Amino acid sequence: MSKVLVVTSGKGGVGKTTSTASLGAALAAAGQKVVVVDFDVGLRNLDLVMGAERRVVYDLINVVNGDAKLAQALIRDKRNDNLSLLAASQTRDKDALNLEGVTKVIEQLREKFDWVLCDSPAGIEKGALLAMYHADLAVVVTNPEVSSVRDSDRIIGMLDSKTAKAERGEKMEKVLLLTRYDQARAARGEMLKVEDVLEILSIPLLGIVPESQEVLRASNLGAPVVMSSPNCAPSRAYADAVRRLQGETVPMNIPVDRTGLFAKFLNWRVS
Amino acid sequence: MALALVPQPPLDSWFAELDQQMARAPNFFAGRPVVVDVTFLPRNDPDLARLAGEFAGRNIRILGIEGTEPNFTPPAAWGWPPLLSGGRPVGTSEVPEEKAAPEPHSLLRDENVRSGQSVSFPKGDVTIIGSVASGAEVIAGGSIHIYGALRGRAIAGVMGDAKARIFCRKLEAELIAVDGLYKTADDLPQNLRGKPVKISLDGDKIVIEPLD
Ligand SMILES: Nc1ncnc2c1ncn2[C@@H]1O[C@H](COP(=O)(O)OP(=O)(O)OP(=O)(O)O)[C@@H](O)[C@H]1O
Ligand SMILES: [Mg+2]
Repeated sequence: MSKVLVVTSGKGGVGKTTSTASLGAALAAAGQKVVVVDFDVGLRNLDLVMGAERRVVYDLINVVNGDAKLAQALIRDKRNDNLSLLAASQTRDKDALNLEGVTKVIEQLREKFDWVLCDSPAGIEKGALLAMYHADLAVVVTNPEVSSVRDSDRIIGMLDSKTAKAERGEKMEKVLLLTRYDQARAARGEMLKVEDVLEILSIPLLGIVPESQEVLRASNLGAPVVMSSPNCAPSRAYADAVRRLQGETVPMNIPVDRTGLFAKFLNWRVS
Repeated sequence: MALALVPQPPLDSWFAELDQQMARAPNFFAGRPVVVDVTFLPRNDPDLARLAGEFAGRNIRILGIEGTEPNFTPPAAWGWPPLLSGGRPVGTSEVPEEKAAPEPHSLLRDENVRSGQSVSFPKGDVTIIGSVASGAEVIAGGSIHIYGALRGRAIAGVMGDAKARIFCRKLEAELIAVDGLYKTADDLPQNLRGKPVKISLDGDKIVIEPLD
């Protein structure tokens, strides 16, 4: 049975696109057939992070409008055959999407793939609502700061009321991915504590992705960080998250890069 | 969900009271849809003609009017919004008579009130089994019981009930109000932040006490 997953947040710039790419690549590495779909029409990014920007001919809007067949628009990853991308259009705006068209595309993708990962635009408007509408599962990406947590809370309310699942009276499964977690700033008390975020949002934790230079390096290289630097701390966090998505029980910790003298003392466990 | 206002004759003094209330909480109705229930107003009351204008003059946006007979048609000159019954607009056709089910006195919600959501029950108490997020609000005609943290707004006694109370397990509110009197986050006592509390009215003062 295929699963449609939306990566969403409300707030912009928290790490949705980074996470979509890495969760997708890690699932593909585990042998799953995966497509990552960019819903950020007008501000597409996922193609860049996947290193496929020069290969985009047709996009989601073309398929929704019937100008291209799905097979023509899907871009297969050069590094892993299991991974495909459906890009967004950079020249259109979000009004070019409509529910009927999106519904058709998602139905077709469900037939071809084990996982359909939808990268949501920021905000709570049409684009974000369409990205979440068909989801079976939502990954709520949050940074450990007050405004991000509040926006995530708002998005959780919408996942529970504005999706196909909610309309059928079913419960949407939601998990929290805490990203850009900065160990040093946390130690100085400059960020919300993991427990506090969990208490406010009260949804299960999928993983904690530390802040790391490797993420920026990876996107400059045009590769999901789990591909360009599989052993760095964020990559290990994404790999663990993917094992949890597949139903494994993996102890929760905040991965760190073991470079500093005291690094081995810093493998903090979350109670 | 909308708030319901229930005017009582004589209208002049009822509006005078409303004005007093609004002077205490000037922004209370701002941006909030209101339903007017005319059950207690005689249909031949000449004042009915100016009802809609009175509300408009106070910047209160009326979403609909309820409490009229099924076949009642207001003259166009009154400028009334659509007639409502049980939350849905009704036409002027005959409705078969039916015994109405007893109305519930309280509203129970089994999950968190998330940021941006509003839970409103002007007819009685509201109980939340969960937390009320920052940017969320709960509005009750009666008391409000929150079994989790209150981080947003809790507005109790909106229909003018000075005996209404607010209870919560963890006080981190942005705003609390009882019968039109309110306190914002800055006015909350520091020592009770994050604590279980009960909130009530003593005359014109909001009293916040630990709940042990
Ligand atoms: N773990 C991390 N460590 C360091 N930088 C990160 C991390 N995750 C994301 N970033 C950086 O944060 C920025 C925003 O990330 P990204 O584009 O994934 O966010 P987004 O939520 O998709 O943004 P938008 O809302 O604009 O679509 C990027 O520059 C990215 O490289
Ligand atoms: Mg993005």
